[in-house]
Amino acid sequence: MSFWRTVLAIPEFALVLALPPLLSSIIARTKAWFGGRTGPPWLQPYFDLHKLIRKGAVYSRTTTWLFRAGPIVNLAALLTTATLVPVLSQHSLISFAGDIILIAYLLALGRMFTVLAALDTGSSFEGMGAAREVTFGTMSEPALFLCLAVIAIATRSLRLSEMLGPQLFAAWHAVTPALLLVVGALLVVLLTETCRIPVDDPATHLELTMIHEVMVLDHSGPDFAFITYAAALKLTLLGSILLHAALPMPDRLAAVGPLLRLIELAGLALLIGVIESMTARLRLNHVPRLLAGATVLSGLATVLILTRGHG
Amino acid sequence: MQAILDAVFMLIILLDLAMLAVSRLASCIRIFAMQSLLLALLPLAADTLHVGIPGRHALLIAGVTIALKAIFIPRVLERIIRTGEIHREVEPFIGFTASVMIGALLAAGSFAVARRLPLAEAPLSDLLLPASLSTVLIGLLVLISRVKAITQVIGFLVVENGIFIFGLMLLPQTPLLVELGILLDVFVGVFIMAIVVHHIRREFDHMDTHLLAVEANSAGAASGGEG
Repeated sequence: MSFWRTVLAIPEFALVLALPPLLSSIIARTKAWFGGRTGPPWLQPYFDLHKLIRKGAVYSRTTTWLFRAGPIVNLAALLTTATLVPVLSQHSLISFAGDIILIAYLLALGRMFTVLAALDTGSSFEGMGAAREVTFGTMSEPALFLCLAVIAIATRSLRLSEMLGPQLFAAWHAVTPALLLVVGALLVVLLTETCRIPVDDPATHLELTMIHEVMVLDHSGPDFAFITYAAALKLTLLGSILLHAALPMPDRLAAVGPLLRLIELAGLALLIGVIESMTARLRLNHVPRLLAGATVLSGLATVLILTRGHG
Repeated sequence: MQAILDAVFMLIILLDLAMLAVSRLASCIRIFAMQSLLLALLPLAADTLHVGIPGRHALLIAGVTIALKAIFIPRVLERIIRTGEIHREVEPFIGFTASVMIGALLAAGSFAVARRLPLAEAPLSDLLLPASLSTVLIGLLVLISRVKAITQVIGFLVVENGIFIFGLMLLPQTPLLVELGILLDVFVGVFIMAIVVHHIRREFDHMDTHLLAVEANSAGAASGGEG
């Protein structure tokens, strides 16, 4: 069993790494469909990445090594996270007690380097984007941690792959209301962290309203390819945490699990596309209210699970 | 069944918090109507859980509650907003984010308190007591932290909703007449408040209770100066 796990883990991980641009493609196609357009070809994000990788990069003379390190560290942090998060099967590549803390801080590290690179350009617009990213980041992090805490208490485990495994399936019967709140909060966290519409508009071209896109304006060529890929990878990873938490699988489904997860991920991308098409971006000063709402949801879930114990 | 009941109680608490978060009066009223609708279904659920089919008592209570609190009172309040030519915003003393945070703390507090309260018999659900306490407390918060007279009416109604949830525990013991009497009281209360709100606006051209207090103070100061 463990031998087969080791053998199968490698193609699984390769598939996980190949998947993210396809998810961005699904989102783009959904939005195009809502707008009455055909949209780009399914493989367009892969073509874009290929094109960007072959180009040269342009660096401003005012920037230092920080600017060059930003996209690389960000991508490295997310690739490391990818080894820790169970995406298709119940197991992640690496798993140890407390790995959820490492995941949260790897995400924070990636964000920190993106922000530093943005500040390094000395552009006022990028500074603004960096300030917003950090502000919203500090507000979505407590929600994420509280959600993870609730799941950890419900499953009595600190390993992510155990927390999101069959034990959670049993926990759903015992503490449904708390876990429902967690799913709601995680969805808001996902949309915030991946810079999706109620919080940030990935398609906007107005520097004043951009958050993530404005921070990466000065990156070009391979650097920009890293950033685009890392953003899609982040969506995949946080999305699979959400999916595993929302729809845990009992042991008997383990054989078809990966296929189901693949379909669910496509469904999640579709859902994000629908949300992006149907809602307007919130005014910047209303975003904290949304994030406070997510924190309150997860806080309430924590109170619920602490007062009711675990069945 | 139990899971659905738990989810309903949770939804009631979430609606309380949503009440603190929304900035438009119309949404405030809609949230109240939604909460009342959920409440009205609770006696039916309680009967179904205990006896199997909802009794006449429960049906009557549910029917009157829906008619009064989910349809009639929201209509009256919306009419005031429409004809009163008032700003359709809530105007809180405490900011929206801050009041949601305070509301969440109150909810957490009621969870902590509810565990320690000794009850004569097991309630419908573990969440009944916390939901009732947090609805009462958040209703009070709406009462004291909003400027307009009409939001104070809504706060009062939310407090009443909380008491209604609490009363669910005593449903089998309470005579029907008492509950209908309470509903009649609420109805008359809202009616009187609607008239008062209307008169405040006619008299002072706005419904800002904060300014009303200033007015009273300045009147008091003036009479003090004379004396």
